[in-house]
Amino acid sequence: MSKLMSLKEAIKKFIHDGDILYASGFTHLIPFAAGHEIIRQGFKDLVLARATPDLIYDQMVAAGCARKVVFSYMGNPGVGSLRRVRAAIEAGTLAWEEYSHFSMISRLQAGASGLPFMPMKNTGASDLAAQNPGYQRVKDPYTGEEVVVVPPLNPDVAIVHVQRSDNEGNAHVWGILGEQRLAAFASQHVIVTAEEIVDQSVIRSDPNRTLIPGLIVDAVCHVPYCAHPSYTQGYHDRDNQFYLDWDEISKTEANVRAYLDEWVYGLPDRAVFWEKLGPEVHERLLPGVKLSEPINYGDY
Amino acid sequence: MTEEYFYNPTELMVVNAARLLRDGDVVFVGVGIPNLACNLAMRTHAPNLQMIYEAGVIGAQPSRLPLSIGDPTLVTGSLSICSMYDIFTFYLQRGNVDVGFLGGAQIDQFGNINATVIGDYQSPKVRLPGSGGSMEIAAWANRCYIITPHQKRRFPAKVDFQTSIGFLSGGDARKKTGVRGAGPEAVVTNLGLLQPNEEGELVLTAMHPGVTFEQVQENTGWQLKKSPGWTVTEPPNQEELRILREELDPSGIYI
Repeated sequence: MSKLMSLKEAIKKFIHDGDILYASGFTHLIPFAAGHEIIRQGFKDLVLARATPDLIYDQMVAAGCARKVVFSYMGNPGVGSLRRVRAAIEAGTLAWEEYSHFSMISRLQAGASGLPFMPMKNTGASDLAAQNPGYQRVKDPYTGEEVVVVPPLNPDVAIVHVQRSDNEGNAHVWGILGEQRLAAFASQHVIVTAEEIVDQSVIRSDPNRTLIPGLIVDAVCHVPYCAHPSYTQGYHDRDNQFYLDWDEISKTEANVRAYLDEWVYGLPDRAVFWEKLGPEVHERLLPGVKLSEPINYGDY
Repeated sequence: MTEEYFYNPTELMVVNAARLLRDGDVVFVGVGIPNLACNLAMRTHAPNLQMIYEAGVIGAQPSRLPLSIGDPTLVTGSLSICSMYDIFTFYLQRGNVDVGFLGGAQIDQFGNINATVIGDYQSPKVRLPGSGGSMEIAAWANRCYIITPHQKRRFPAKVDFQTSIGFLSGGDARKKTGVRGAGPEAVVTNLGLLQPNEEGELVLTAMHPGVTFEQVQENTGWQLKKSPGWTVTEPPNQEELRILREELDPSGIYI
């Protein structure tokens, strides 16, 4: 059964004020177009969970969509500070819940596996655990040693950007895999955005590459260039220049407001956004070609 | 006599960090200076070094300098890609990582690192990015290196917040936690090298050419001890500088 719909429709249908949202992707495949659509539709009080809130949550926090962030590295990757989230935390206007990368990912693993918690080895660092009751210790019943445990994270909605999907949401992903699969399996609802919608025969030609199975997917949206200024391996490069530019833009609320007005509120969708970036940016972000060797699955 | 070349403080740190790496090391790499140090080591004395990244990349061969830790250039031509859960469990927690690189806003007398907050956690004066992968890297990599400019505010006697551990309060405090890694082996700065003594206290073991002990002490927030066998580092040589400037960072992004 086809689950194809517009991104606008999918966001409207599956996201509600107050939801826990996981817009997935570790540096790679971050679904900015979905973040922008959520901003345009004016959602409030969201709990925004991501290992790295990245610019997508900086923008959503600046636009007033969030009441809380859940994170493990709150920086502008490779650049420095994530200024709007940081300012909101320092001003006391945004709640936060903090983990290390591994404990954040372990929470998704527990959520995705239907387990009550995930154990991790002790790291010796106790200051964060003292501030966050999510960290607990239990006795290993086999050795008697203490292990650290973290609770499951089960978002209401995960958004996962992929290279290609069929219309049921069976999706191929390559490049950095991050926490995509865990976020999808941990969440109640899954919205897949895809660079390309392909016939199911394409998916079936290479089942080892299917990261997300259609059976957990609620909506499939065709959104080329969804990830910009993040990237999609083999489709477009990371716009590092924009990550540097955002460091300047995000220094003042007025500049951020102007950015959102021009690039989010002022535009209907991602296609127009990409067009507005212009040919120079398109050219700069176009990757060269490097094909993998074909493999033989065998005809049985 | 060694011929001398002009070099800047960053080049000095990269070269000295690179020299600490051993051939065959599996290194959990960060962007920026650690990435340069690994690539320099691979092109000099450690051709079999393997770079792995927390994004889930094993055996990366980046053809350009990545700005972020998840750059697509790390993927193309790498040996393997796995999920973040796999990289932190199969590789790091299981004990398959030799070297971790760490950084932070503060490093204290016992090599503990603060990358989380200046001031009170609940009402932060300056909110920093937080742990990322560093809490586990510091605990579980066989050994760790810290690279940072040498400034007094970066080297307090005690960090405001322990994001990741060195030797805690010293002595056998780290050992008692049961973490598998041996902890920080060296802190490389623009002035020299600090390394833990038997008590886990960071002491000065080497100074770069032309640096005085007084200069290092002035930039350190505790009464710094000088190791009895302290040395002066070899200045960066022509080949190291050539590789850095011509091959690794020709646009001068980091150096």
